[in-house]
Amino acid sequence: MFQVRIHGRGGQGVVTAAELLALAAFEEGRFAQAFPSFGSERTGAPVVSFCRIDDREIRLREPVLEPDALLVVDPTLLHQVDVFGGCSPAAFILVNTVKSFDELGLGEFVTHFHHERLLTVPAGELAREHTGRPIANAALLGGFAALSLLLSLDAVASAIRQRFSGAVGEGNVAAARAAYDWVGGELRELSRVPA
Amino acid sequence: MRAPAIRYYQTGSFAVGNRLLDPDQRALQAEEQRSNTITCGHRACQGCGEALGARYALDAAMRATGGRLIAANATGCLEVFSTPYPESSWQLPWLHSLFGNAPAVATGIAAALRAKGREDIRVVGQGGDGGTVDIGFACLSGMFERNDDVLYICYDNEAYMNTGVQRSGATPPAARTTTTPAAGPEPGNVFGQGKSAPLIAMAHEIPYVATATVAELRDLEAKVQTAMALRGARYLHVFVPCPLGWGSASKDTIRIARLAKESGIFPVFEARDGEVTDVSPIRRQVPVEEYLRPQQRFAHLFKPEPHTEVIARIQAGADRNIRRFGLLDGRGRGHDEHTPAGRGHGAHAPGPDGERVGEGSPA
Amino acid sequence: MLRQLEGSRAVAEAVALCRPEVICAYPISPQTHIVEALAGLVKSGELAPCEFVNVESEFAAMSVAIGASATGARAYTATASQGLLYMAEALYNASGLGLPVVMTVANRAIGAPINIWNDHSDAMSQRDCGWIQLYAESNQEALDLHLQAFVLAEALSTPVMVCMDGFILTHAVERVDVPDQEAVDAFVPPFQPRQVLDPDEPVTIGAMVGPEAFMEVRYLAHAKQLRALELIPRIAADFQEAFGRDSGGLLRPYRMEDAETVVVALGSVLGTVKDTVDELREEGVRVGVLGLTSFRPFPLAAVREALVRARRVVVLEKALAVGIGGPVSANVHMALAEASAGGAPRCCTVIAGLGGRPITKASLRALLADAVADRLEPLTFLDLDWGVVNRELERMGASPTSGPHAENILRDVGPVAAGPV
Repeated sequence: MFQVRIHGRGGQGVVTAAELLALAAFEEGRFAQAFPSFGSERTGAPVVSFCRIDDREIRLREPVLEPDALLVVDPTLLHQVDVFGGCSPAAFILVNTVKSFDELGLGEFVTHFHHERLLTVPAGELAREHTGRPIANAALLGGFAALSLLLSLDAVASAIRQRFSGAVGEGNVAAARAAYDWVGGELRELSRVPA
Repeated sequence: MRAPAIRYYQTGSFAVGNRLLDPDQRALQAEEQRSNTITCGHRACQGCGEALGARYALDAAMRATGGRLIAANATGCLEVFSTPYPESSWQLPWLHSLFGNAPAVATGIAAALRAKGREDIRVVGQGGDGGTVDIGFACLSGMFERNDDVLYICYDNEAYMNTGVQRSGATPPAARTTTTPAAGPEPGNVFGQGKSAPLIAMAHEIPYVATATVAELRDLEAKVQTAMALRGARYLHVFVPCPLGWGSASKDTIRIARLAKESGIFPVFEARDGEVTDVSPIRRQVPVEEYLRPQQRFAHLFKPEPHTEVIARIQAGADRNIRRFGLLDGRGRGHDEHTPAGRGHGAHAPGPDGERVGEGSPA
Repeated sequence: MLRQLEGSRAVAEAVALCRPEVICAYPISPQTHIVEALAGLVKSGELAPCEFVNVESEFAAMSVAIGASATGARAYTATASQGLLYMAEALYNASGLGLPVVMTVANRAIGAPINIWNDHSDAMSQRDCGWIQLYAESNQEALDLHLQAFVLAEALSTPVMVCMDGFILTHAVERVDVPDQEAVDAFVPPFQPRQVLDPDEPVTIGAMVGPEAFMEVRYLAHAKQLRALELIPRIAADFQEAFGRDSGGLLRPYRMEDAETVVVALGSVLGTVKDTVDELREEGVRVGVLGLTSFRPFPLAAVREALVRARRVVVLEKALAVGIGGPVSANVHMALAEASAGGAPRCCTVIAGLGGRPITKASLRALLADAVADRLEPLTFLDLDWGVVNRELERMGASPTSGPHAENILRDVGPVAAGPV
């Protein structure tokens, strides 16, 4: 079973991100479960959502306490909420930001993780470029597809289109693709640099 | 539209003898083929205004709908005396659910009929004043707001009679009930804001609102008939004296209802879509004292010494009704039933000095 | 057809497939998505003929359902928590009159203190109202149980509530198999009311019944639920044949064949329990699970038979019977009471997950370790912060004007993280 936890704030599409992830996994014939942290949601408040993916029926109902992958939609949460709680050193971590981990004050912290599994990506900027709004969730999923190789970009795109029709859907797919390519490029860079 | 006007002869009780009328002018109750929707054998008290009103109202509704009628009834006197275990006096499909939900149950029945394409079958919801203006009020308002196709009839005897005469939101000021006893410096019910269900119904601007009393039974029948010719939410508020609860003689039920109208205590009118369209004028105005005296529930206003200020306040309330609804034609003069119906005493907002506007020159 | 759907959506589609004629609903978290979806289906004409009535309260919702059902229409509503309580009088009325209304309860805690998250206190508070209560373990089962519920309710002329954990199931998006209309039409026949308000054949429904006959009428409600004990497995079997899925039934044993310790539970927590049990089984612990699907009627005989060979039973409850312990445990004890004195398993109650507190595998592992070692008290509150409780008890003891408990505790526990950006 692969467990994903997504952190962000109300209004940033955190819940939708988990659902899209689950839908993408479903498209690929897998079982997936997505659910939010059920807080008293309001715009701007910290929100967490979860997604589990497996090849058999998922029965577990607890929150994701030991994520195999962590997506952070809003970097302002990094020093406020324990976003990394329960993450193993082998976890995939993708943070939406234009800054580097050093600039985020996490330079030392990230040395505990596998450097090829831990990336920042300017998903919000890519989203703004392709959709006109800095809602980073779909783009982040594209980046995650490249980072984890858990899902294909096609599956992610299909999920996005099912959820968002017309220009909105296409814009988000484009943003996801852009993030996918961006992450792919970063990973290739990293593999050239000795660990 | 009121019942066709008739000449009648004062016999001391103002009763109209049906046999004196042409057949087409007689009340439906005069017909042998009437539905007897609530048939005899029920356990109502002698002189029960509600039993009288319900009989007239429901038979009229049955006739208007060709017998295609379903009734939802709130808990209360009507429900209890009509279904004493193991008997039922109802001859139509009848459902009693709870005290506070008769309007909602009626809504459900209407929705089911609509889903089944059986809107030829009509729905009546009914209850007493307690079940209507207090505990059932939210459901009533909801039914109005949705304009559900229901005629709701409230039989108002101004207290929770079935449980032993406790005060309700419809209990008038100064009336004695078991929870507003005639004791202390202000005996009886308080002078509150009142809760006029008819006016509130009008505020919902539903297709039809009317008030009636058991003193003018043909008028009651006519109003039910009018209501059943319409679709959507309709409300009928019927004034029904309760000899037991009011401490009045069982033979006085109709007379007291007439006094309520003639004193201005209970305005009798019709309204469509939130505007008063017709008023049944006072024939010969009487002071409220004449209405209050035959009822033991107001006895403390007269003995040991008269509470003149209280009576004056009650009179002021009646006067306000008269002014507000234009219950008198001209100043202080009555109006008999020679006036053909619908002569155009339509919706008249009181003018600056309270006179009816557009009526013609006052005396 | 396989689809990835939110639980609420799956239930709405299941209900729509059963062709309800009157849907009357008042919104309350976490049921809102169900009725919103149904409103959409009715408004677009996909679900027709159907009247969707937006009512002014839950009391009105159940009352409208009563009127509609008595008129021969298939009626449905949904609620949770405070809403269920607000219609309590009408619940008893519907079951007392024998009207086959079907209702979804998106299980949520009852206040005070106000709490929108999942536990079973709402449905448990109405366990004696005469409604049949079925608990879904997953969104698939929630979907399936609604189909079975209409069949069951109408066969018995008794109302049925399908319970599904609020948020945990209602708001979880997962794979479900949504049957097609043809298959559902074959499984759920048109409603043939036992009693109906019909001007052609007038009846009086809801008259007073005195001491001479009340007991007999009430007994009939009980008799119908006893009959449900036979009917529920039969309908589940028919369902399996029609749709190829094992859904519903009275109860579901899991790895119980040689279990020494059995966990009894209802609803979605069973999934987490089963995952925990699988891990323990790998470690050689002989533990099993008994999931109860039908809580009312309570399958005394089936529960007794399932548990009698175990050494110990842990009843994991999401509701608290204040002043005594666990409502489900009380019923389980009843089932075991008739087992031979020497052989009856030891039964412990664990109250967990109240107000939406997550029940984790880790906590269950620790709990079961205690259980297996016979270290469990008769009544345990899982993951309770005794420090917080004791501090409030101290405050109460120190002053008669110590203030509201919840506020004191929240100040103690600390505000939710929402510091400066």
